[in-house]
Amino acid sequence: MASRYLAAALAAALALCAWPALASAHGLAGKRFFPSTLTIDDPFVSDELSLPTFLHIKQPGEGDVPPSQITNISGEFSKRIFPDLGLTLAGEWNLLDPADNRRTESGFGNLEMTLKYQFFTSAVHETIVSAAFGWEAGGTGRKKAGAESFDVFKPAILFGKGMGDLPEALRWLRPAAVTGLVEGVLPGRSGNKTFTLNDDGDLEVGIEKNPNVFHWGFAVMYSLPYLQSFVKDVGLPAVINRLIPLVEIDINNPLDRGFAGKTAGTVNPGIIWTGRYFQVGLEAVVPVNERTGKSVGIRGQIHFYLDDLFPTTLGRPLFNW
Amino acid sequence: MRGLGAAAALTALLLGAGVAWGHAFLERAEPRVGSTVKSPPSQVRAWFTQDLEPAFSTLEVVNERGERVDRGPAQFDAASPTLLQVPLRPLGPGTYRVKWRVLSVDTHVTEGDFTFRITGAP
Repeated sequence: MASRYLAAALAAALALCAWPALASAHGLAGKRFFPSTLTIDDPFVSDELSLPTFLHIKQPGEGDVPPSQITNISGEFSKRIFPDLGLTLAGEWNLLDPADNRRTESGFGNLEMTLKYQFFTSAVHETIVSAAFGWEAGGTGRKKAGAESFDVFKPAILFGKGMGDLPEALRWLRPAAVTGLVEGVLPGRSGNKTFTLNDDGDLEVGIEKNPNVFHWGFAVMYSLPYLQSFVKDVGLPAVINRLIPLVEIDINNPLDRGFAGKTAGTVNPGIIWTGRYFQVGLEAVVPVNERTGKSVGIRGQIHFYLDDLFPTTLGRPLFNW
Repeated sequence: MRGLGAAAALTALLLGAGVAWGHAFLERAEPRVGSTVKSPPSQVRAWFTQDLEPAFSTLEVVNERGERVDRGPAQFDAASPTLLQVPLRPLGPGTYRVKWRVLSVDTHVTEGDFTFRITGAP
């Protein structure tokens, strides 16, 4: 008899341990599936891989630095440690092609790690809120390819809100959603000493200042899959019915050290196609002012849902508590 | 010993359910999502993007007062593992809400709902 109780208790305990895994999924809050956006960090914790993200844009010159074409190829791997706590590792490779026939430079940027905790999820209101702390490890990349020699710390709050709780009269807006973030970009060093030779051959020492930056952004999207599945089946054909058009706004406001008010940013209209195991996104990168640039760039990304590809191994949290 | 065997079987069922991939989202339904139909349907059929685990998948239909109008539980056909269907009682004109919650075979739970409207009587 005792062994039967033991068996029942064991079965119940195992079932309880197994059930939490059933509820975990990438970017879901109730009916809402938030895709991974290309420019703005995602508000959710998940097992995912962005590889590659491709960016090509012309960057304006500043001071002695000439304008240059920048090609950036980056990758990002996110892993859930617990169901609501995840770690992201990111790296990039840059190719800088100056416009004045100076030597083309290429190399890896600094490695970046981000710990993210999804502390609020409302299925009814399709809402997710997360807190994150990023660390860009200074000196791990090549300086001539744009990598800084100092650490940068990035505390952030991220959110996602689907409009599925709008009243019936506004049902056509229910497929809309917004995600966004507010972030501090805090350099670990206020300035770098620079050494140059002047025309007389004398060594000149300068200070290149590193401002604290208030980084914010948001993405507004309209999910055709949501429209088809939850609002009205309007008969969209395959491929089209998996598209999510969106616009992402990405702004950097330097706060101090001589850079205050020198806002830079981009508006990024684009589209994401979401498949079963991965998504593909493409965006135009439009500078908001001349300080950011004058030419329109392009950003593309292939993003894999590891929790769908490897649901019983790589796609699960390390600890399912 | 038989109890321990049952526990092992349950464990295998719960933990070993990851033989296929992907979250299950609603692909299409009959009546169609958000549609208006003249004559009452005799059943609701919902096709999902992934194979389902029938033991943990539900499909319910309620009227505007929130009362169940289906003759559940939802039926599952092993020959069409992405399809869940439920027969309906005779329905009058009105708006009805279909609520689903499904477990795909990769152990991911998804849920949702949609409405359809009937303009004519049975």
